[in-house]
Amino acid sequence: MRIAVCVKSVPDAGSARTIESGTKRLDRSADAVLNPYDANAIEEALRLNETSGEGEVVLVSLGPEKALDALRKGLAMGADRVVLVSDEAAIGSDLVATSYALAKALEREDADLVLFGQQGSDSDGAVLWAAVADRLRRPLISQVAELTVSDSTITGKRQTENGYDTIQAPLPAVVAVTDAINEPRYPSLKGIMGAKKKPQDVVSLSDIGADATRAGEAGSRTTVMTLSPPPPRGDSKKIEDDGSAAAAIVAFLEEKKLL
Amino acid sequence: MDFELTSEHREIQTLAREFAASEIAPFASEWDRDRRFPAEVFSKLADLGLMGVCVPEEFDGAGCDFLSYVLVLEELSRADAGVGVTLAVHTSACTLPLLMFGTTAQIAQYVPPLARGEALGAFALTEAGAGSDAGAIVSHGTESATGWHLAGTKQWITNGSFADTFIVFARTETGVEGPRGISAFILDASQVAVTREEHKLGLNSSSTVDLVFDTDVLADRLLGERGRGFGVAMATLDGGRIGIGAQAVGIAQAALDAACAYAKERRAFGKAIGEFQAIQQKLATMATEIEAARLLVYRAAMLKEHGKPHTVAGAQAKLFASEVARRQTSEAIQVLGGYGYTKEAPVERYFRDAKVTEIYEGTSEIQRLVIARSLLGELGRPS
Repeated sequence: MRIAVCVKSVPDAGSARTIESGTKRLDRSADAVLNPYDANAIEEALRLNETSGEGEVVLVSLGPEKALDALRKGLAMGADRVVLVSDEAAIGSDLVATSYALAKALEREDADLVLFGQQGSDSDGAVLWAAVADRLRRPLISQVAELTVSDSTITGKRQTENGYDTIQAPLPAVVAVTDAINEPRYPSLKGIMGAKKKPQDVVSLSDIGADATRAGEAGSRTTVMTLSPPPPRGDSKKIEDDGSAAAAIVAFLEEKKLL
Repeated sequence: MDFELTSEHREIQTLAREFAASEIAPFASEWDRDRRFPAEVFSKLADLGLMGVCVPEEFDGAGCDFLSYVLVLEELSRADAGVGVTLAVHTSACTLPLLMFGTTAQIAQYVPPLARGEALGAFALTEAGAGSDAGAIVSHGTESATGWHLAGTKQWITNGSFADTFIVFARTETGVEGPRGISAFILDASQVAVTREEHKLGLNSSSTVDLVFDTDVLADRLLGERGRGFGVAMATLDGGRIGIGAQAVGIAQAALDAACAYAKERRAFGKAIGEFQAIQQKLATMATEIEAARLLVYRAAMLKEHGKPHTVAGAQAKLFASEVARRQTSEAIQVLGGYGYTKEAPVERYFRDAKVTEIYEGTSEIQRLVIARSLLGELGRPS
């Protein structure tokens, strides 16, 4: 099966994240890593093709050219190649503009299945997969914790508060997996050494037939007005330990009927 | 001059760090307490290619450079120095000397299983009467019709209880005293017997044993030239020292990590203790010394990788890094106070593990001797 996995280079969670006050964009000069949620999507793609013994896994991304360094981890895990849409005109894309550029790149790939991780660990939007599925006019299953493919149908199990929803869709389709779906493999040293030699195509918006005015800031439909730190929690209760903290915590939990 | 790791080096470092953080560090205290050799970890390391990092691909290694191997050792040792020494001995004291001194047939037979991690390697030089004075070994080999008869006892042999392939040194030349009468041999586990597992101060997740052997081997088990075994041993230790330097840096870094985390959390006199200059001064000195040790180790690794002389650079790296590790793991205990002295915190383990880096693969005194001789030439040698 031909599987495209949409991936993103994000700032390392261990480094301090700052937002540039002028552009209101995340400062991306810190060390970048593959979005951890995307590792689950790549792992699932590799497993699906390992089960069938054939197919291709292509990573598709939008970002600056240096994003390749982080995306190579996906190649080291076992993906076959990467297509990175990189264009000055795409800087500042919001979710809508990003979904446009990704959809244009995905149209070229003509994959049987498009996989997403549940969200980007930097922006935590968790809606990009829906926008891309809509642009591609393909069925979407999100929050998938278990995925099976038979012939031309996929079945996704979605975990909910009350149990599982089991959802079927015809291929081609778009699926967003949760981080509970699998345990991503470590890339092997051979994988790391071999990743450099795998195809890494950096393409511009015009290369994929995309209209530059629909990407980047020009194509964005949202504007960040102001930014502020989250408000402090109003209803929290701090218990200082004067020797009776354990009893106070038990009393609190009992009051809330949690014990 | 460029102090940046390449992107590949960083990826390998990240792999080792992530693996160590989830597969080794959470269990290290338990292995230490139970004196357990975590065999399962080495099969996982093998799956990732980490048992043959700097072995060429044609012999089933990962084909990375020596610095990559050093980065892996540092990261694994940061989680558990016992795992670090097991990998260090397996690689730089067994696999690499086989590659360097083995015949084509010996390399083809012994290196691929070691590089794949299906076999574990060991190095048997030290004896009860021959430690720093390695030329004083009395294990002996006598020529027979088909090869050699080897007999002797060895001590402090890392990996001994679990190794499949041993490089063993024995005196083969009669009438020649000291280093010149020694040869190196390749023995299988079936040709040696473990008589005792050592109880150590630290590195409790690694195996250290006494060995005896009394066995006939075919002529093709001779490694390198007859009578030139001491050269094999010294060349092995030249590279091995860099690995031990990396191990020491890893242990010291782990101690610094623990001290910093504690300094941010622990409160005294109404503040986090990290707000006190007394603690800040300690942490700053720790970080600076560790970084200096790391650079010495990386430099020695690059010299070796480029085929340049690295005996003195390796000795300096090992000497400095091991002393930093011993000193700064002690400082980390001081930062953690009473808590640091208990087995609730990992720093007392780091302290116990660090000490041996000043002793094995050449004591600090021997490293200083190596360095002094490079400065003074013949004057530095005993007359």
